[in-house]
Order: sequence, then structure tokens, then C-alpha cells
Amino acid sequence: MGSIEQASHVPDPNMLSVVKRQRVQDFFFHKITLSFSLLVLFALLGIIISLLINAWPALAKFGFQFIWRVEWDIVNNEFGAAIAIFGTLVSALIALVIAVPLSFGIALFLTETCPTYLRRPLGTAIELLAAVPSIIYGMFGLFIFAPLFAEYGQPALQSTVGQMPIIGSLFGGAMNGVGILAAGIVLAFMIVPFIAAVMRDVFEIVPPILRESAYGLGCTTWEVVRSIVLPYTQKGVIGGVMLGLGRALGETMAVTFVIGNSQRLSASLFSPGTTIASTLANEFGEAADFHLSTLFALGFLLFVITFIVLSAAKIMLIRAEKAKGTKT
Amino acid sequence: MDLKIYKRRQVANRIGLTLSLTAMGLGLFVLLWILFVLLSNGLAALDWAMFTQSTPAPGSEGGGLANAIVGSLMMVLVTAFVSTPIGIFAGVYLAEYGDQSKTAELTRFVTDIMLSAPSIVLGLFVYAVLVAQVQHFSGWAGSLALSLIAVPVVVRTTENMLRLVPSSLREAAFALGAPRWKVATFITLRAAKSGVMTGLLLALARISGETAPLLFTALNNQFFSTNMNAPMANLPVVIFQFAMSPYDNWVRLAWGGALLITLTVLVLNILARVFFREKAQG
Repeated sequence: MGSIEQASHVPDPNMLSVVKRQRVQDFFFHKITLSFSLLVLFALLGIIISLLINAWPALAKFGFQFIWRVEWDIVNNEFGAAIAIFGTLVSALIALVIAVPLSFGIALFLTETCPTYLRRPLGTAIELLAAVPSIIYGMFGLFIFAPLFAEYGQPALQSTVGQMPIIGSLFGGAMNGVGILAAGIVLAFMIVPFIAAVMRDVFEIVPPILRESAYGLGCTTWEVVRSIVLPYTQKGVIGGVMLGLGRALGETMAVTFVIGNSQRLSASLFSPGTTIASTLANEFGEAADFHLSTLFALGFLLFVITFIVLSAAKIMLIRAEKAKGTKT
Repeated sequence: MDLKIYKRRQVANRIGLTLSLTAMGLGLFVLLWILFVLLSNGLAALDWAMFTQSTPAPGSEGGGLANAIVGSLMMVLVTAFVSTPIGIFAGVYLAEYGDQSKTAELTRFVTDIMLSAPSIVLGLFVYAVLVAQVQHFSGWAGSLALSLIAVPVVVRTTENMLRLVPSSLREAAFALGAPRWKVATFITLRAAKSGVMTGLLLALARISGETAPLLFTALNNQFFSTNMNAPMANLPVVIFQFAMSPYDNWVRLAWGGALLITLTVLVLNILARVFFREKAQG
């Protein structure tokens, strides 16, 4: 506002007071908006601190051993997070193995081969898949997918890959549909839209000149995507995958319906298991005292794990964005 | 020219593109399948009683979801009133002052993480700071947990939409001597109105279906209640409880509720897109 003061050669007291008032207003406006955005930061700090305080009795008793202890004995107050962590990681990993190629295919289709007039409706359809609440995926998984999976999917898997040495035992045991593998598959469909959306967005920022040069040299669409688009967007793609991983790790409702909820460790992916989130959803309501504290400790672990994964995703995506600015 | 290599590349290309088409088809198939399942199971449960009667006791016939629908609506409305101003102010800060400050950069980073943070942990947090302190579950606690999810959505969309406003508009206002707060509220925020609306609708869509954070905050209530200071029935938790139960009548109502929630969320999402398109054209 300095320009205004200079412009008025004769200092007009009236105008000066207006300028002064506006400066005060601006000062408060800045501080107020700032404080609202600080609120978000404090929320994060509050979450970490309050979880830590409530988890303290359990963490103090078990220490770092909490992470790899396999006991989950509510009666005798013996707890360990190993089974839940194992279930969380394995189901998220299965989800990634299925979701990453699928999302890549969808992103490739939407950016390269899809006719222009279909791009928007098909893209929206995939985004709507992300909007479907997770509890719906859970119901769908329990009532529709699990019975079909038990009748067709699991026998087929057992009679093929189940017969192979070493990995065969992963597909053994009873086939009742629900279990870690079923949870992983349902999770995969939940995270496909997230990964596909990021991949599509980063594929679109590839400068047309790179693409056109490759096509001009006679590359096929597949070769353009594999050797030009994918290397160029590497960081963004990894960021998108990590984002999907973060989602899969923290997902509660979809998993709780189909994972079977059992605090046991088993070699077979067909057997029921549990994840951190589904343990919380199932046991928190009835827990008291020390058990409650253990559940807070689990929640704290989950938050830390997802925080690290999501931060890594975000950093990758920021780098991808920066690369966009310099390389073009 | 070596035709063999040429042929091999052609085949690889065709396989790749076919797989990509299959992936797209599978995605669409799953979406349609879920919608079909919801419609076929949900429509059977959809009747007038669902909107007028409260949730039935275990094992009994009849009943509806009226208490859960009202509870969900109230909590979502409160959340909207709480998170809209917070989200918009924070978004304005990030867009108007965000370029020079480290605080803004950190806030942006944290907001993006909160967008994908496990919602059940937010429920734990609210349980620890509110429910455990006052010793009872309540609708307020549910709204607080939902706000923690909604605010980041509003913040990020508001910021992005404000950044789409051409800077010439801002500069013109500055040149006329308008103070910063006036430029931010009367010029940029007004220009980005429909974009901000988009963010709000997306946030509403996101929280309407959230179940995990309500499990330990609003809990559930078998009876009709509009008291925000007491445990409150809400659609997602009722669906969870009923779907996992052995009673046919409860499972039937769960499908009805699931259809209701999904339709709401999809309509909100489509509305958000319509708003955004209007903005892009205007």
C-alpha cells in the first residue's frame, strides 16, 4: 500500500487513516488465516501425543518387543503386535501386487489408447470407484466375493499354484472364502482408483514432444509407454503406488469384513488373520484398562507406519512435480 | 528389413494394449457389479418404513433406519458447519500467503498426509481427548472425528481453486488500492466460489460413508435421538453392526442402508463435478 501514500502528494489525513485501518485489518486477516492453518498442524501433533500418552502403559511394559511378540492373550494381559502387523503388511502387499499392474493398465488406456470423447466419462467412472465408501466394499466382499472365491477362486488356486513347491503351502488349508488373500483382493480394488488417478495425471505431464519423437522414430504405443513415459514419470508413479500402499495399510472396514479376524499366525493365505485396523475395530469397544492401552499402542504403530509411507509418497510426488518444471 | 523383429514388436504392442484394455474393463466391471449388487439387494429393503421407523431389536421383524438416517444427517451437517470455515480460512492462507512461508509448506505437507491417514486412528484420537474425558460417547465426538477428515479435503481444494483464479484479477484489485483481506475475500474467494463448493461437496461425500472413526465416538443408539450429547445412531455403524449379524431382517436393512449411502455419496460426487465444470466454463 506504500504506493498510495506516495501518490498523494498532499498528505490527506483522511486517506492516511484509511490506509492505517486497512493495515490493521490486513494484519489481523493474516494472523487469523495463519492460525486456522496452524490448527491442522496442531491436530497432527495432538494425535501423535495423545496416542503416545494412552499407549504408554503398554509400551512401557513390553518395550520394542511389542512389535515382534506373537501373544495376544486378553485374559492374562500378554500382548504383542506381530500378528496384526503381519496381517497388515501381507494384505497390503497382496493388494499392491494386484493393484499396480491393473492401475498401470487403466492409466495407459486412459492416456494413450482411449478415444478422446470417452476419456472424461471413463476417468470419472474410475474416480467414482474411489468414492464408494469402504464399508460397501466390505459388504460386497463378505456377501458376494467371498462365497464366489471359496467356490471357484480358491480351488483353482490350490490345484494350480498350490501344487508348486515352497509357495504351494501359501495356498493350502480350508477354503471358506474369507482370509488374508480375500482381504488383499478386496483392498486391491479399493486402491486401484487412487493409484490409477495419480498415474494418469503424471502420464499426462509427459511433454508431447518426447512422445511424438518416439512415435516418429517408429515406436509402437507399448514401446512409447515402456521406454519413454514410464522412465520419465518414474517418481510420480512410485509416489502413486506408495499412496495406494498408505491407503491399504490403514483401511479398516473393507478388511474387517473379509479377513476373518483371528489372532493366529498361519502359513496359508487362505486362513483368517487380522490387521491392526481390524483388531482396533473389533476389540476397542469391549476393551478396558491395559487392553485398551495396547490397542492405543497398535494405533500408534499404524499411524507411524502410514505416516512414513505417505511422507515418502508425498516427497516423491513433489519431486516429480519439480522435474516437470525444469525438464520441459 | 528384418520382418521378424517388426512382427515381434507388433505382437508385444498388441498384448500390452489388450492387457490395458482388460484392466480398464475389469475396473468398470467391478464398479457396475457393486452397483448392481447394491441395487438388487438394497431395493428389496427400500420401503416407506425404512425412513419412518427406528432400528428394530435383534431378531424382530420390521423396523427401519430413521434414527440412523437422522443421526448421520445431523453429524454430517455439524461437521460441514465446523470444517467449512476452518478449511476455507486455512486454504486462503495457503493460497494468498503460502508462497513465501515455511509454515505454509509444512501445513500443505501435513494436510496431504491427513488426507490419507487411517481414519480409525482419528477415531482413537477423539476417543482419547473427548470421549474418555467426559466418560460417554456422543454425536459431538462423532462430528469432531468427521471434521478431522473433512478439513484437509476442504483446505486442499480451496487452495487449488484459489490458485486457478488469474493473478491479473488480483493485481487489478491491488492497483485500485484494495487491502489484502478484501482482495482475498471479495475478489479471489468470490471468483473461486464454485470451486470451493466443489471441495465442500467432496468433503461431504467423503465423510458420509466413513465408518471407522464413528465406531468409538458416536457409537450407536438403538432409539431415535436428536441429542448430540448422547450416543447417536448413524448409518455406517448400523450397517456394520447389522451386516455382521446373524439376523436376516438386520442384514436386509443393512443392504437398504448401504444403497442409500452409496447413492448419496455418488450423487454428491457427481454434483461436485458439475460445479467444477461450471467453473471451468465460466
